[in-house]
Amino acid sequence: MNVLAIDTSTNVLGVGVVNKEKVIGEYITNIKRNHSTRVLPAIEYLLKDCGLGIKDIHKIVVAHGPGSYTGLRIGLTIGKTLAWTLKIPLTGVSTLHLMAASGRYFEGLISPIIDARRGNIYTGLYKFSNGEWTNVLEDQHISAVEWAKKLNEYNEHVLMIGENAPTFQSVFETTLKDRVNFASVTVHNPRPGELGLIGMDQPEVDVYSFVPNYLRLAEAEAKWREKMGN
Amino acid sequence: MNDQYILGIETSCDETAAAVVKNGTVIMSNVVASQIESHKRFGGVVPEIASRHHVEQIIFVIEEAMEKANVKFSDLTGIAVTSGPGLVGALLIGVETAKTLAFAHSLPLIPVHHIAGHIYANRLVAEMEFPLVALVVSGGHTELIYMKDHGHFQVIGETRDDAAGEAYDKVARLLDLPYPGGPHIDRLAAKGQVVIDFPRAWLEDESFDFSFSGLKSAVINTVHNAHQRGVQLKPEDVAASFQDSVTEVLVKKTILAAEKFGAKQILLAGGVAANRGLRNRLSKAVEDFKHLQLIIPPLHLCTDNAAMIAAAGSVFYEKGIRADLSLNANPGLSLSRFSTEP
Ligand SMILES: [Zn+2]
Repeated sequence: MNVLAIDTSTNVLGVGVVNKEKVIGEYITNIKRNHSTRVLPAIEYLLKDCGLGIKDIHKIVVAHGPGSYTGLRIGLTIGKTLAWTLKIPLTGVSTLHLMAASGRYFEGLISPIIDARRGNIYTGLYKFSNGEWTNVLEDQHISAVEWAKKLNEYNEHVLMIGENAPTFQSVFETTLKDRVNFASVTVHNPRPGELGLIGMDQPEVDVYSFVPNYLRLAEAEAKWREKMGN
Repeated sequence: MNDQYILGIETSCDETAAAVVKNGTVIMSNVVASQIESHKRFGGVVPEIASRHHVEQIIFVIEEAMEKANVKFSDLTGIAVTSGPGLVGALLIGVETAKTLAFAHSLPLIPVHHIAGHIYANRLVAEMEFPLVALVVSGGHTELIYMKDHGHFQVIGETRDDAAGEAYDKVARLLDLPYPGGPHIDRLAAKGQVVIDFPRAWLEDESFDFSFSGLKSAVINTVHNAHQRGVQLKPEDVAASFQDSVTEVLVKKTILAAEKFGAKQILLAGGVAANRGLRNRLSKAVEDFKHLQLIIPPLHLCTDNAAMIAAAGSVFYEKGIRADLSLNANPGLSLSRFSTEP
């Protein structure tokens, strides 16, 4: 079973093809350039280079957020459309779980970080042990200061992963002291291979209604709800 | 000769739309999911919310269009998509979907300018005869376009400030009418009298450009002044007087352009083409010209839809216009530059 994995959640563009035995191919860039002009050409290039056609793909796995709203929609739209028109299953994987996956051999907790501006982050808490992933704290939009307090309740080492993590280094070090660790730049870019692997056996989602997990309301929506008093 | 089937996709603003058109003129299906109810509470289209809705709707809409047309992807000649102008995040959903479908089925991808689409809605009603002049009026556009042939667009006049539709929305808000205001002003105007002499912006002699900001301010000032003096203006009369100013300028300039360019047809296009005041006035004005034909599409083809995109896509397909998988949404796409001929 060949799985096509697509991640456009952040500045990192990642597409990969994996099956149970191996990661057949991955294409990853981390540059501030438009995903919209580059994702489909990347998929086309990767498949061709791997000697595969789009009809050789049996499942699509998309990183469904959180992340850049526009970025998420690009990957999701491509994934939804492919799955629908090729009549193959589609599944979504948390972008934060995907980021955490690069730290799988860390003995402790893993906290992937995406900068959400104004001192806020998108994060979650993950742990890999006995060959299995556990989501210790669910994905959330939270201030970095609050998150540091939450992490401090665990008496464990924490690995911060993701290219935005160093932005919050002083915040985390102030609270967590030497229990905080920062991943190296070589593992900040999420691996499409991990994405394909995590999503491979996950149940499929409904392609019609599948939407990104933005973790936040649109600003206008939030203001409107506030005004309406809920 | 085989029939040509084009799937059109349109997501430039707040309608998620897909349609299949046969041979550029026959609508096989035309599906539109409107978000208007969702945006109403904000008094206008919120781009981020529009984009979110498009992702929710796009597959439903395309599936319905394909099923209603009773075609499979292997029956299609090509896929046409609005690549601009419009809201960038909204356009992107249509563009990515169209590219993905073109890739998955090895089909030609045809980029379509949204305004070209509005103009080509007319070809779903009657065959176009050149040269022609098209008046495009919508929430975002007020443009006069001269076409000497298929795929050729020369913008000969455009608004220098607000689009006509924007002026309608502002005046509607002033009169406490719900969003979108255009249809409400049109309805009120039909019941009122033209008693206020609002300004007409003719601009320079020979200019086909428009300006509605002065008119908008004049309406606001008139209503406020009356309010301060305790005078009660009838909203029907304000609407009628405002609409009279807008339609007089639009119609006179369109007729002048048709004369200057020796047009055989005048095409009305865009959402405001649904306005009865404008339709009636233009119809009357055209009566004085023997060889000038006026085409106005039915309401559902005037507002944003994908049949118009497929109809334009059909012509561009024949002209050899193609996009590859790097096609991007272009919120400021120019119509003249989109022209297939110099
Ligand atoms: Zn439009």
